[in-house]
Amino acid sequence: MTHTTLALNPTDDRHLSGLIQRSQRADLIFMGISVMVLTVAILMLLSLILAMAVQGASVVDGQFLTSFPSRKPEEAGILSAWVGSVAVMIVTAVLALPLGVGAGIYLEEYAPQNRITDLIEINVTNLAGVPSIIYGLLALGLFLFTFGMGQWIAVAGLVLALLILPVVIVSTREALRSIPGSVREGAHALGADKWQTVSLYLLPAARPGILTGLIVGLSRAIGETAPVITIGALTYIAFLPPSPVKTTPPFVSFEWLTSPFTVLPIQMFNWISRPQSEFHELAAGAGIVLLGLTLLMNSLAIYIRYRLRKKPTAK
Amino acid sequence: MAESQANPVQPSDAFLRRRRRKGLLMQGLLFAAASISVLVTVGIVYVLVRESITFFQEVSIIDFLTGTRWTPLFASKHFGIWPLLSATITVSAVALAVAIPGGTLAAIYLSEFAPNRLREVIKPVLELLEGIPTVVYGYFALLFVTPLLQLVFPDLGGFNLLSPGLVMGIMILPYVTSVSEDAMRAVPDGLREGAYALGFNRFQTAVRVVMPGALSGITAAYILGMSRAIGETMVVAIAAGQRANFTFNPMEGAAAIPAYIVQVSLGDVEHGTTAYQTIFAAGLTLFVITLTFNVIGFLLRRRFREIY
Repeated sequence: MTHTTLALNPTDDRHLSGLIQRSQRADLIFMGISVMVLTVAILMLLSLILAMAVQGASVVDGQFLTSFPSRKPEEAGILSAWVGSVAVMIVTAVLALPLGVGAGIYLEEYAPQNRITDLIEINVTNLAGVPSIIYGLLALGLFLFTFGMGQWIAVAGLVLALLILPVVIVSTREALRSIPGSVREGAHALGADKWQTVSLYLLPAARPGILTGLIVGLSRAIGETAPVITIGALTYIAFLPPSPVKTTPPFVSFEWLTSPFTVLPIQMFNWISRPQSEFHELAAGAGIVLLGLTLLMNSLAIYIRYRLRKKPTAK
Repeated sequence: MAESQANPVQPSDAFLRRRRRKGLLMQGLLFAAASISVLVTVGIVYVLVRESITFFQEVSIIDFLTGTRWTPLFASKHFGIWPLLSATITVSAVALAVAIPGGTLAAIYLSEFAPNRLREVIKPVLELLEGIPTVVYGYFALLFVTPLLQLVFPDLGGFNLLSPGLVMGIMILPYVTSVSEDAMRAVPDGLREGAYALGFNRFQTAVRVVMPGALSGITAAYILGMSRAIGETMVVAIAAGQRANFTFNPMEGAAAIPAYIVQVSLGDVEHGTTAYQTIFAAGLTLFVITLTFNVIGFLLRRRFREIY
């Protein structure tokens, strides 16, 4: 061991400086290797993304966004796919927000220290690790074959909402936890009860954190393919769901919730599976749109969190 | 409010009663929201077990767990899970061979070497990468990585386990990196300072002091990464093929468990048919494997948190 030689020759300056030099060199070598590995990994990914962008760039235009899928590649587009994705995301957000935030508030502010709370907490952690295809089987076995629902937008929205529930719960809890206890004490001192404290003081302060969690969750949901495939979302859909707005009273309609649909990742998967390279270009085009959407949503979430960290004190 | 106008100090009994009722109602609703997550787990277990029980009434569980032929969609039916398992294991092993060394190296660099500014940039980039849809990774694997690999290995088929494994390795690398990095950063600075005082350089400190200190957290990162690789669906469904093939050779194509479920779902699954039940039996197998890994990872992380 080098340590013992050092102890034996405490006055040997040359030996000591050599030792230090060698040790600094080892540090540099390691840094070089790890920077290289990181760079190579990121470059590889970037070049894959770039290759997809090059392959798909020529198909992404106005016509691509406003056409239905077609057997003729030059006429095909992603209209039904992106409309379907948007519709499913609306259902997902409407379901995941109250459920996730409610569960987060309960676990952080109300839950007593007992077995039931432990059970719920461990359960949330484990749900976050369940493969998405298993959620698809849940939807198939329970919603479709036990409850008799169909291959609907509502079912896809529901299953994706359950899938992102842990993300929303965890971010709600983190947002609440970062609010100083003095806010709660102040509210109680003014005579507010628990619910008033939560609804008037804590939720407004936690809003950016909750929003971040919801956006991250939705960006995950919009890219999910497997759970939507298992419920049998059709891959060839050349129509749009019925409009939610009607010209006759009562002017709103929820028919679209039970409409068959397709979503962007499924449309992309469908085109990848075809042998002809024209369809692979279409797949690349759909990939660009999908990747653009998820990166946009994630950047938005990161930006909100960054802004949040700059102003740590809650209002 | 009318009550407080009548007596600004003491709110009326009616107001307090209403407030108490509302508080209780909200508490009930919030508890209900929290219970939904438990119901999801119950629902998953119920569906998987219910369908698997019907399946195992027809097929012996021993044949299922030890058989090496999986042909439920053919005329002569065999129900041995091993061909699907071997593909899952092989592809995950390739993914881990990329993600473990890469992720560990990146985590050591980020936690022990990188200047703060760089870390502030790389952490969000890693988060962005975690958000790339898996179907996009599948596209990379089938249409870019496999043709590239075929330049190196001319015998490699269009469907193989190597290419999805490599792509999946890159896919879970950010996750392994950020979980391991969190674990290393949680090691108290006092330990590092002690090591420096003894004459350790940064690398020695990282490998001999910080890593052993963060061992359970780092192991948790590996195990959770492994669980992700095993459950990942679209990459294998797109790039590994759909033929059940009992092999541990990454150069061959083979259907992994999630890929098989997708394949059957793409056809019209009739409720009550054997094909329908096989995806639930396969799903239960997948669920049990990932659950085991997740629980181990969870316990390791919790133990790690208790230490510091």
